[in-house]
Amino acid sequence: MAKFFAMTIIVIAIASAVPVVMHTWEAPADISTHGHLIDKQMSETMIEAGVSFLAAQIILAMFIWQFSNRRPDAKIKTFPGGAKGLVIAALVLVGAEVLALGVFGVKAWADVYLTAPSADALPVQVQAGQFAFYFRYPGPDGKFGPLHPELINEATQNLFGLDPEHDPDSRDDIVTAEMAVPVNKEIHLLMHAKDVGHSFFVRELRVQQDFVPGLDVSLHFTATRVGRYEIVCTQLCGLGHYNMKAYLDVLSDHDFNDWLKKEAAMQ
Amino acid sequence: MHDMLAHATQHHAPPTSFIRKYVFSLDHKVIGKQYYALALVAALSGMVLSWMMRLHLGWTNLAIPGLHFLSKNGAPGNVMTPEFYLQLMTMHGTIMVFFVLTTAPFAAFGNFFLPIQVGAEDMPFPRFNMMSFWVTFLAFVVLMSSFFVGDGPTLGGWTQYAPLNAVGSAAGPGQGLGVVLWATSIALFCIGQLLGALNFITTTLDLRVKGMSLMRLPLSAWGWFITSCIGLTAFAVLLPACILVILDHVAGTSFFVASGLVINDQLLPHSGGSTLLWQHLFWFFGHPEVYVAIVPGIGMVSHILITNMRKPMLSQRVLIYCMGALAVLSYVVYGHHMFVSGMNPYSSLAFSFPTLVITIPATIVVLIWTFSLYGSRLRINSASLFALGFISMFVSGGVSGFFLAQPSIDIMLHATYFVVGHFHMVMGVAAMFGIFAGTYFWFPKMTGRMMNETLGRVHFWLSFVGTYCIFMPFHYLGMAGNVRRYSSFPEDFLQPLLPVHRLITIAALVTGAAQLIFVYNLIHSRFRGKPAPDNPWEATSLEWSTATPPPWDNFGGRLPVVYHDPYQYGVQSSVGDYVMQASPEQVKTEFEEK
Repeated sequence: MAKFFAMTIIVIAIASAVPVVMHTWEAPADISTHGHLIDKQMSETMIEAGVSFLAAQIILAMFIWQFSNRRPDAKIKTFPGGAKGLVIAALVLVGAEVLALGVFGVKAWADVYLTAPSADALPVQVQAGQFAFYFRYPGPDGKFGPLHPELINEATQNLFGLDPEHDPDSRDDIVTAEMAVPVNKEIHLLMHAKDVGHSFFVRELRVQQDFVPGLDVSLHFTATRVGRYEIVCTQLCGLGHYNMKAYLDVLSDHDFNDWLKKEAAMQ
Repeated sequence: MHDMLAHATQHHAPPTSFIRKYVFSLDHKVIGKQYYALALVAALSGMVLSWMMRLHLGWTNLAIPGLHFLSKNGAPGNVMTPEFYLQLMTMHGTIMVFFVLTTAPFAAFGNFFLPIQVGAEDMPFPRFNMMSFWVTFLAFVVLMSSFFVGDGPTLGGWTQYAPLNAVGSAAGPGQGLGVVLWATSIALFCIGQLLGALNFITTTLDLRVKGMSLMRLPLSAWGWFITSCIGLTAFAVLLPACILVILDHVAGTSFFVASGLVINDQLLPHSGGSTLLWQHLFWFFGHPEVYVAIVPGIGMVSHILITNMRKPMLSQRVLIYCMGALAVLSYVVYGHHMFVSGMNPYSSLAFSFPTLVITIPATIVVLIWTFSLYGSRLRINSASLFALGFISMFVSGGVSGFFLAQPSIDIMLHATYFVVGHFHMVMGVAAMFGIFAGTYFWFPKMTGRMMNETLGRVHFWLSFVGTYCIFMPFHYLGMAGNVRRYSSFPEDFLQPLLPVHRLITIAALVTGAAQLIFVYNLIHSRFRGKPAPDNPWEATSLEWSTATPPPWDNFGGRLPVVYHDPYQYGVQSSVGDYVMQASPEQVKTEFEEK
C-alpha cells in the first residue's frame, strides 16, 4: 500500500508536469511590446516552481516508500543535519528565489503601470456597463468632452452621457461598440465604469485591469500585430457577465483611419 | 485570572436533561460534535451545488432533474440560467469557506480537543461557547433561507465585491434581499467565531494543567491557538464591513457606492462611497481566513503524522514559529488579491514582496514534515494517508502561489481558473484532507468506536487521485486564459477548452460520490463500529490518557499532571515505544530538540 502510494505521488507529479512541458495549454502568442517581459517572468517562475514541486513530491514519495510499515524493532533515525540545516536551506534557496522573482518581476510590472504614456499616445476611453463595453475617441480636436451620468440614455444612444449642445469638446467625439487601434501605436486607455465593477482583459495583449466605479484608471499599451482579438470582462458584474465582451481590431494605419472616418460619419 | 477562570469552568454542573445534554449544551465536546455535524451538512450541501455547477459548465443546456425545486425562475425546465449559476457559485463558495473550512478544522476539532489537550475540564466561558455554535447555526440557516425568499441568493460571489453588493436588486437577481441575508449571515458567523476565538485563547493561556508549559502543548493545540488569534482580528474586521453593507441597503448610506453610477439609465442616489474600501476590508479578513482554514490542518497533520511516524518532528519549536510567522504575515499580504483592482500600482509591489516571503515559513514546514519521515517507522492507515495527502496537496497548491504573488504575472492569471485551482488545492482540498485525517484519527475518542479502515482507504484513494484530476487541470485552463465565474462558454475563445471542463466534471462527480463512502463509514461506525480502546494509536497527548469517550468533565474529576514534552516516541517505556505526557515514568530519549 505504502509503495503504491509513493508511486502514485510520483506518477501524478510527472503527469502534472507533462502538459506544461509540452505546452498543451498556454496563452496565445503575445501581440504587445511589453508582453514578452510577462511571458519571460512566467517561464522563469514556472521553472522555479516546477522544480520545487517535483522535488518536494518525489522526496515525499521516496521517504514514504522507504520508511513505511517497517518492522517494530527497526531503528529510528533522525535526518542528518536536523532542522537547522533545513531552515538554512529554505532561507537561502527560497530567499534567493523570492528575491530574484521579486526584483525581476518589478520590471514587467513597471513597464505597464509605473511609466507614463508618451505624449503622442492615442487616447481611447472605454466605458464598461452591464454587460457591454463602449469606446470613445476624441475626434480631430484631440479632447474628450466631460461626462454627465444623468444624461446616459441607451434608447437615444447617449451611451456615455455626453452633452454636445453645451460641451464643444464632445461634439466631435466618436463613440463605438468595438475597439480599433493602429498597429505599433501606443494607446492610452482611459477606463470608466458606468455602474458596477468590471474588467478589461485581452489575453493576446497581456493586459488585464479592473474598472473602479467612481475612480477612473488608465493604462497604456502598444499592439504589434494586426488582427482581431476578444476583449472580455473578468470582474463578476452580474447575470450577463459571461457574455460581456467586445472586439479589439488592430489595424494598419491606413485601415484605422478609414475605420475612424466611417465611425465618425455614423455619429 | 487563572484561578477565577478555573473556578468558573470546574463548576458548571453535569447536564441532566436531554436539551441541556445534546442541544443547548455547555460541554465543549458536545459543541465540538455539533460544529462537526453542521460542517458535514454544509459540506454535503456545498458539494451538491458544485456538482450542479460542474454539470452546467460541461453541458450548458442539460436539464438537471429536480433543479427547479431550488429556484423556479433560475431553472426553467430544470435547465440552469446564467444568473442561477452565479447564485449557486456564490452559495458554494460561502458555504465551503465559512461553514466547512472554518467550522470543521477549527471550531469542531478545536472545541472537542483543545481543552482536553491542555488538561482543562471545559472552556472558560461555556455559555459563550454554546452561543458561538448556535449563532453560527443561525448564520447557516439565514444563508440557506436566501434560496427560498425574494429572487434567491446573491449572485455576487463569496467575495461580494462592491458596488455590486450595495446597489440593490437593480443590479441583478439576489442583489437586494439576497445580499442583505448574505451579509447578515456572515455578520452572525463572525460573532460566533469571535466568541469561539475568545474561548480558545483563554483556554490555552489560562487553563493549562500543571506541568503543561506552552512548549509542551501538542502541535494541534498550537494550531488551534494560533488560528484563534488570527480569527479574533480577522473576523473583527469582516463583521463591521458586513454591517456597513447592510446599512447601504437599508439605511440609505453609501459606504461602498461612489457618486454618478447609472443602472438601467437611472442615476443611483448614492454618493461619496469607495468601492475599493470593500476590497481592502474584505481581503484584510480574506487572506488571514486562508490561514484560519489551513493552520489547524497544519497542527493536526503534524500531530497525526508524529503519532504514526513513532518519532517527533525534527523541530517542534520551528514548526510553531512557522505557524506564527504565517499568521503574522497573513495580514500584510492581502493586497495580492488586488493587484489589478485599480489600487495604486506601487502598493502592488509592496504587497508582492511579503507574499513571496510567506513561502519561506511554508517551505520550512513542508521540509520539516518531509525530512522528519526519514528514519521513521511510518504506520500507514486512513489517518496517516490523509495526513500525507495533505502534504502533497499543500505543496501542489502552494507552488502556484509563486505565480500569483507577482503582479506582472497576475496580469495574465488574475480571475482565471489558475486562481481557482490554486485556492481549491491549498485551502480547500488540503484543509479537507486535514479534516479527514483528524476524523479518522480522533473518531474513536469522540465516539468510543473505530471507523472501518477498508472504507477509509477506499475513500482516500478515490479522493486523492480524484482531486488531482479536478484541480490540476484548473491551472492549465487558467494558463490558457480561461476566465472564472463564467456560467458557460459560448462561441468564443474558451470553446476549445470545453473538453477539459467535461473531464473535470466527470472527475468531480466521481470524487464527490466517494465522499458518500466517508459519510456512510461515519454513520455506520458511529453505531456499529468496533468498540475503541482508550488509546488505539499508542499516542502520547492528554486526550489519550482519559476514558473513551471522555466523561463530561474530561478527566473524571482528577486533573492530570504533565511530565513530558508532547511527543515522546521512539523510546523504551513500560507500555511500548512511547511515554504519555501524563505518565511520571522517566525514559531516555534520543530525540531531545537542540
